[in-house]
Amino acid sequence: MNLDIDVMLVAAFVVAALVTVVAARLLRAVIGLALTSALVALLLFRLHAPIAAVFELSVCAGLIPAIFLVAIGMTQRLTAEDVAVRRHEKTQLFWALPLVLICAGILLTQVPPLLTFAPPSTVQTADVRHVLWNQRHMDLLGQVAILLGAAFSVVALVKEAAHEQ
Amino acid sequence: MSSEALRLFAVFGFGVVLVLATGFYCVVTTRNMIRALIGLELLTKAVTVLLVLAGYLSGRIGLAQALAITLIVIEVAVIVVAVGIVLNLYRHHQSLDTEPLRNLKG
Repeated sequence: MNLDIDVMLVAAFVVAALVTVVAARLLRAVIGLALTSALVALLLFRLHAPIAAVFELSVCAGLIPAIFLVAIGMTQRLTAEDVAVRRHEKTQLFWALPLVLICAGILLTQVPPLLTFAPPSTVQTADVRHVLWNQRHMDLLGQVAILLGAAFSVVALVKEAAHEQ
Repeated sequence: MSSEALRLFAVFGFGVVLVLATGFYCVVTTRNMIRALIGLELLTKAVTVLLVLAGYLSGRIGLAQALAITLIVIEVAVIVVAVGIVLNLYRHHQSLDTEPLRNLKG
């Protein structure tokens, strides 16, 4: 394996986790968490685990941040004045972004490729299917039971809240 | 274990330990319930990488992937239920702070 790529990915993984924890706003923390999940998916892909990587990318980098965003939206409502102030801040922060992107693109076309990205060799994806369906089928039953339990719990919690309202 | 495998273990292990420490720090120090869940997420991500790394180094990547998928499914179920509980607590206390939870009876 190309260790340089792995070192960079692990370093990015650690930095993304730190950004997630240090972020002042919850929204930024959630975005950092999604970034961390995407980097974990890349690491899993480098470790010849493509199916786990796809699960990580779709579920942990997609579904879980969406759940957190819904929770943040339900708990931290902004007033119209807050929205106007934040929009003004964003305009001040990002007016130079298109210029920076154009300059970065021009620079990247001038610099020769520094890294040679070697994809991992061909993997046997049938192996994990065999393990899941033939050796660990009790795990699958457990997963189904846990998902059903989670669904019933959420339904019960939401129903309780609706009754109170 | 070959030298390349040892280097790989060192690189990934170093990163995993740092992320574990980061997640643990987040869970212990924060008083915001959603942030505590985010710390829990970081902990499970570090464990996922460590699990797959162990499978890769021991040559049983299929088993490691199956366990990682199980871990991801359980992680989602835990987070969904925890977020539901957090939302209910927010309706009761109008706050995401963990301090009012000290007043729970029982």
